[in-house]
Amino acid sequence: MRRSVYPLKTSTLEKIRRRERAIKVLLYGFLFITALPIIIGYSWLFLNSFSERLVYGLIPEQLTLKNWSFLWKPPSPYYPSLWRAFANTLILGLGMVITVVGISTPAAYVLSRMKFPGRIEILAGTLILHSFPGITLLISLYYVLRTLGLLNTVVGVFLVKAGLMMPFAIWVMKGFFDGIPWDVERAALVDGATRFQTWYKVMLPQVKPGIGAISILAFLSGWSEYIYVITFIHDKRSWTLSSYVNSIISDYRFLDYGLLASTALFYIFPVLVFFLFAQRYLLQVSIGGMKGGE
Amino acid sequence: MSALLFLSPAIITVLVFYVVPAILTVTMALTNMDYRFQWNFIGLGNFRRMLNDFLLPGILRVTFLYVIGTLGIFNVTFGLVLALVTTSVGERTGRFFRSLWLLPRFTPPVVYGMIWLWILDPTKYGLLNSMRVAIGLRPVDWILNYPLLVIIVTNGFIGASFGMLIFTAAIRSIPRELHWAARVDGAGLFQDIRYITLPQIRWPILFVTAYQTLSLLTSYEYILIITKGGPYFASTVWALYTYNLCFGGYYAPYQFGYGSAMALVLVIIGLIAAITYWRVFRFRAMMAEPLIEVV
Repeated sequence: MRRSVYPLKTSTLEKIRRRERAIKVLLYGFLFITALPIIIGYSWLFLNSFSERLVYGLIPEQLTLKNWSFLWKPPSPYYPSLWRAFANTLILGLGMVITVVGISTPAAYVLSRMKFPGRIEILAGTLILHSFPGITLLISLYYVLRTLGLLNTVVGVFLVKAGLMMPFAIWVMKGFFDGIPWDVERAALVDGATRFQTWYKVMLPQVKPGIGAISILAFLSGWSEYIYVITFIHDKRSWTLSSYVNSIISDYRFLDYGLLASTALFYIFPVLVFFLFAQRYLLQVSIGGMKGGE
Repeated sequence: MSALLFLSPAIITVLVFYVVPAILTVTMALTNMDYRFQWNFIGLGNFRRMLNDFLLPGILRVTFLYVIGTLGIFNVTFGLVLALVTTSVGERTGRFFRSLWLLPRFTPPVVYGMIWLWILDPTKYGLLNSMRVAIGLRPVDWILNYPLLVIIVTNGFIGASFGMLIFTAAIRSIPRELHWAARVDGAGLFQDIRYITLPQIRWPILFVTAYQTLSLLTSYEYILIITKGGPYFASTVWALYTYNLCFGGYYAPYQFGYGSAMALVLVIIGLIAAITYWRVFRFRAMMAEPLIEVV
């Protein structure tokens, strides 16, 4: 028998090990059971969209692609083409990216690097604005869009959403600029670059990770938007996938779960791709930024 | 000068789509504006009407139970449990389950709502009811019978991940020596959590509680999709009532004036909360002056 180096009997050690293993099993069991609604819910989307029917709620019978016919033929004449809604959703997402990144990056640079009267007030203002949450602004935003003639347009929705996201984006980007040593910038200035050249050629490449993360967050936020879309857009030509799926739910909920699951899967697909490939990267920023913004 | 050039696009966007609407909300609250969008000032009429609104006591009750219930069961407690458990099991397993819990947060709301509508479907085709039917029970209309529970659970599955992430980061930053010392002194797993982990993360717990109270008070998106506030007003929270007063389909919509006044109450609560955060969490420290003065 091997002599143990521990001042404990081998049997006692064995007992402790067994207890720790039991606790581990319990913890794994707990994690699995509590996550079941999520696991089952998302599996259902896949199973139901590719099968004729499900027995006992989850077991697929007969694989089929017929649930996907909405890709070329709308489920009823009432519906616009799916691809039109898809294009609108894409415009909403990309519009968010361009507006948010294009506007927040220069502003964040200035707030991070320059001292000017009103700096503290601007930063504090962004935090006070945070106490006006979406619901409180929805009514007045409706009024503003109506006045600007932007109701029923995708542009209106992404401008509104970009405006609301701006304080958050500025805070995050400011954090990235804060992290660049001043020496880098000074070196460029000493070499004769103008302020703008320094910003564009030296500073921007350094904050690429921040720009990437903000872009993905902005895109997903536009792509997934629900409330602003169904409140500000009624014209079918401007429908996004949110309005499309929303209508499918109210028209076909008890009739055709296959159609529901397939349209939802179509809508969620890009989100899943980002979720799988860019998640860790996103988390850093969204948690770091949550201190100040949303 | 160039500062102004760099800042002006941001200032204009925020002014038009954030500051102006904020001011408009305050002003609209003093009018009885409806679908005709006329500015008829009626002073504090909307707030007087609020005192006489026979629906409000019930809505306050639902809002209170919803916020306390979701916060107490999911956002703080369950978020904390998830953080503790995922940091106790292997690193890869922990990360996998944390990702899984984040999935609902990144899912478009309408899809997330649809998944729950299927789980809670009142016919035998829903997940819960198909299980009931399989063991010989009759299907139940879950939303009709348990509206409050439904909105707490559906929002909780999204809310739990926020606390989970904050607490995971906080637990990770506790020096390991503290745990070792406790274990050497004979502490078991639960004593370790009670006397080492919890006291070390009390600030994050307070932060999540404060922050999420405000988020929940103003959230209504998932309720709108899943229960629509019904049956009758049984799951209508303050924010959803405000929404329905203005844009809701089924009772007297387009009451923009009264809706703004209702929204303003949420803003006042929000401002009080923001000032409290400011004091408690020293937000001023985040606004450090730039190290070197430029321009």
